Amino acid sequence: MKNTVFFGALAVAGLSAGAAAAGTLDDVKARGTLNCGVTTGLVGFAAPDANGVWEGFDVGICRAVAAAVLGDADAVEFIPTTGKTRFTALASGEIDMLARNTTWTFSRDVDLKFEFVGINYYDGQGFLAPKALGVTSAKDLDGATVCVQTGTTTELNLADFFRANNISYEPVPIETNAEGQQQYLAGACDTYTTDASGLAATRATFENPGDHILLPEIISKEPLGPLVRHGDNDWGDTVRWTLNALITAEELGVTSANIEELAAAPTNNPEINRLLGTAGELGAMLGLEPNWAMMAIKAGGNYGELFEKNIGENTPIGLARGLNAMWTEGGLIYSPPFR
Amino acid sequence: MSAITDPPQGSFRLSMLINDTRYRSYTFQALAAIVLALCLGFFYANVSTNLAAAGLNISYDFLGSPAGYDINQRLIEYDSQSSNARAAVVGILNTLLVAFLACVTATVFGVLAGVLRLSNNWLVSKLMAFYVEIFRNIPVLIWILIIFTIMIAVLPGPRAFRGDEPEARMLLDLFAFTNRGVYTPGPYFTRGLGLEGNGGINWLIVLGVLVASFFGTRAVTARANATQEATGIRPNTLWTNLAIWFLPVIVLLFVLGLKWDIPELKGFNFAGGIKVGGPLIALWFALSIYTGAFIAENVRAGIQAVSKGQTEAAGALGLRPGRIMSLVVLPQALRVIIPPLISQYLNITKNSSLAIAVGYADITATLGGITLNQTGRAIECVLLLMLFYLTISLLISTFMNIYNNSVKLKER
Repeated sequence: MKNTVFFGALAVAGLSAGAAAAGTLDDVKARGTLNCGVTTGLVGFAAPDANGVWEGFDVGICRAVAAAVLGDADAVEFIPTTGKTRFTALASGEIDMLARNTTWTFSRDVDLKFEFVGINYYDGQGFLAPKALGVTSAKDLDGATVCVQTGTTTELNLADFFRANNISYEPVPIETNAEGQQQYLAGACDTYTTDASGLAATRATFENPGDHILLPEIISKEPLGPLVRHGDNDWGDTVRWTLNALITAEELGVTSANIEELAAAPTNNPEINRLLGTAGELGAMLGLEPNWAMMAIKAGGNYGELFEKNIGENTPIGLARGLNAMWTEGGLIYSPPFR
Repeated sequence: MSAITDPPQGSFRLSMLINDTRYRSYTFQALAAIVLALCLGFFYANVSTNLAAAGLNISYDFLGSPAGYDINQRLIEYDSQSSNARAAVVGILNTLLVAFLACVTATVFGVLAGVLRLSNNWLVSKLMAFYVEIFRNIPVLIWILIIFTIMIAVLPGPRAFRGDEPEARMLLDLFAFTNRGVYTPGPYFTRGLGLEGNGGINWLIVLGVLVASFFGTRAVTARANATQEATGIRPNTLWTNLAIWFLPVIVLLFVLGLKWDIPELKGFNFAGGIKVGGPLIALWFALSIYTGAFIAENVRAGIQAVSKGQTEAAGALGLRPGRIMSLVVLPQALRVIIPPLISQYLNITKNSSLAIAVGYADITATLGGITLNQTGRAIECVLLLMLFYLTISLLISTFMNIYNNSVKLKER
C-alpha cells in the first residue's frame, strides 16, 4: 500500500510538469470539458441534486468558467475532492481548477505553488453546538470534544484559539463533512467546527435544525476562493477575470434576465459594452470569444444571483450577504475595472 | 588423463550466453538488474526534474517547525507548538501501542478458537468455524467501521450521565462506558518519588520488584525440582510462590501510597482516571478479531500436524486431555504455528494504518496525514512512512524468527 502511494506521488510529480508545460487553456479547449475540483458534497456550495446534476455556489463558478472558455455551461466534469486530496489533484493536473471553499493562505499560495485568483466568499471559522448543551460562547468550551476536518486550516485555527484562550479541548479528526455530521449528531463530539458557511449548510440538512446553534465567535479569517496551478498565467487570468466578470455584472446591474437585451447592441454604459464584448477587444486578449463574459454570466447569473439562488436568505442555508455584499453596499466584494 | 578433467578452454562464443546453461542464468540476472536500475534511475530523474520544474525541492526542514495541530491521544508530552517530528513520534507510539495490544489479543482469540474448533463438541466446533469464516472473509476496514459505528450509536454520550436521574450509570461507580471511550480508575502515588510524586520512576521501581519476584519464583521452582530429583517427593511451592509474587509488591505500593483516581463527570467529559478512547478500542478490537480468525486456522493446522499417535500415547500414559494439549500437542504444534504467526503479526502492524478511518492518531494519521497535508511535503512524508513500516516489520520478523529458532526441532 505504501508503495502505491509512493508511485502515485511520483506519477503526480510527473504529470504536473507535463500539464503545466502544455497550457491549461489550450488543454481545456482541446478536451472540450473543464475538470473542476469541488467538495465531496456540501449542500449550497457543491452537491449533486436528486438527478445527479451538480449545483451550488462553487459549482456556479465552475460553470461560468466552462461557459466563458467553451461556450457551454454543462461542459464540466465535476471531480469531488476531500480536504486531503484537493491539492494533490490540482498539482497533478487531474483538475484544471479547484472551486472548493478553500482558504487563501500564504503557504498555499507561495509554498504549495498555487495561484488564488480571487475571493468569492469571505468566511470565518465558527462552532456548531446543540442547544441542549447550554453553551453560549466558544470560550465556554473548556474540556469539550471537538470534531474537526483533518487537513484544513480549521484544524490549525482551532489549536490556536484554544491555546490563546488557555482552555483545553479534545480534537476528533474526521475526513469528510458527512462523517463529521454523523459523529456530531451521535454525540461523539460536543461541537463541530468548520467555516461558518459550511456549518450553516450542514445544519440545514439536519432533521431539527432549530435544536442547534452557531456560537457567536468567529475565530479566524477564511477568505475562500478558486485556485489554479502556479505558473500558468494565461489560465489563471481566464479564471480570475471570469470571477471578476460575475462580480462586475452585479455591480453594473447585468443579470441573467436582462443580459440578452444588453448584449444585443452597444449600450450607453461603455463598461457594460466592454464587459459584454459589444465594444473593445477584451475577449481576444484572453484568447476567448468576444462574448465570453456574457456566456459566463448567462450560465448561472451574476455573483449576487448565484449567492441568492444557492446560499442566500431564501434558501434552507439562509446566509446573509454580510461581508459578501458589494463594496457599494458596505461589503468587501470588489472587482478591478474592465478596461 | 588430465585432459578429461580440464574444462574446455578458449571456445567461448557470444551465443553461449543464451545457449549454455552455465552462463544463461547470469545473463538473465544481469539483464534483470539493468532493467531494475534503469527503472529506479528513471523514477529518480523524473522526480528530480519535475520537482525542479515546479520549483520544489526535497527538504526535511519541516520536521523541526511547529506542527500547529493537536492530537487527542498522546503517550508523551505534546501540544500544538511541538515540532512535526514530535507529532510523528506521538504517532509512532500510538501505532506501536495498538499493534502490540492487537497482537496479544489476536493471539489469545486465535489460540482459543483454533483449539476449540477441534473440539469434539459439535456446537463449539461449529461456532468456532462460523467465527473464523465470518471474520476473515470481511475486510478489516469494514470491521473497524462497523465496530466504531456501533460503539458511537449504542453507548451513551457523557451527557447521559448527568442529572439526578441520569439515563446511564457508571458500572460499580468505577467504570464509565461512553461513546467517546471507556474511562477506568487510574492508579497514582501519594508518597512517590520524582516530580509531584508521580514520575515514571515509581513504575520502574514496581517493575523492578516484579522482575525480582519472577526470578525468586524461578529459584524456588528450581530447588523444588532438585528436591524432587533427589528424594522423589515434590515440596509444595504454591504458597511460597504466591507470597514471593504478591508480598513485596503490596508492601512497595503501600510505601509509595497507591491511590486510585476515579473518573467523574466534569464539564463536557469525564475527567480523572484513564481514558481508553473509542477509536483505539474499535481499531484494537477489529484488528484482534479479524487477525484472530487467521491465527485460529494456523493453530488448527499446527495441531492437526501433530500425529494422532502422540495424543494416543499420552492418553495411554494416563495424562488428562488438558495436559495432553498443553504438554504434548501444543509444544510440537508451535513449530508449525510460529512461521505463519510472524506474518500475521506483520499484518496487524501494517493494518493498523487504517486507523485514520476512525480518527485514531497513528503514524499514518499524523505524519502521513495532517503533517503531509499542512506542509505539502508529500514525497518526504511518504518516504519516512515507508522507512518506519519497513523498519518495524523487519524488527518484528527478527524477534519472531529468534523465537522460532528456539522452539523449532533441533536437528543435529
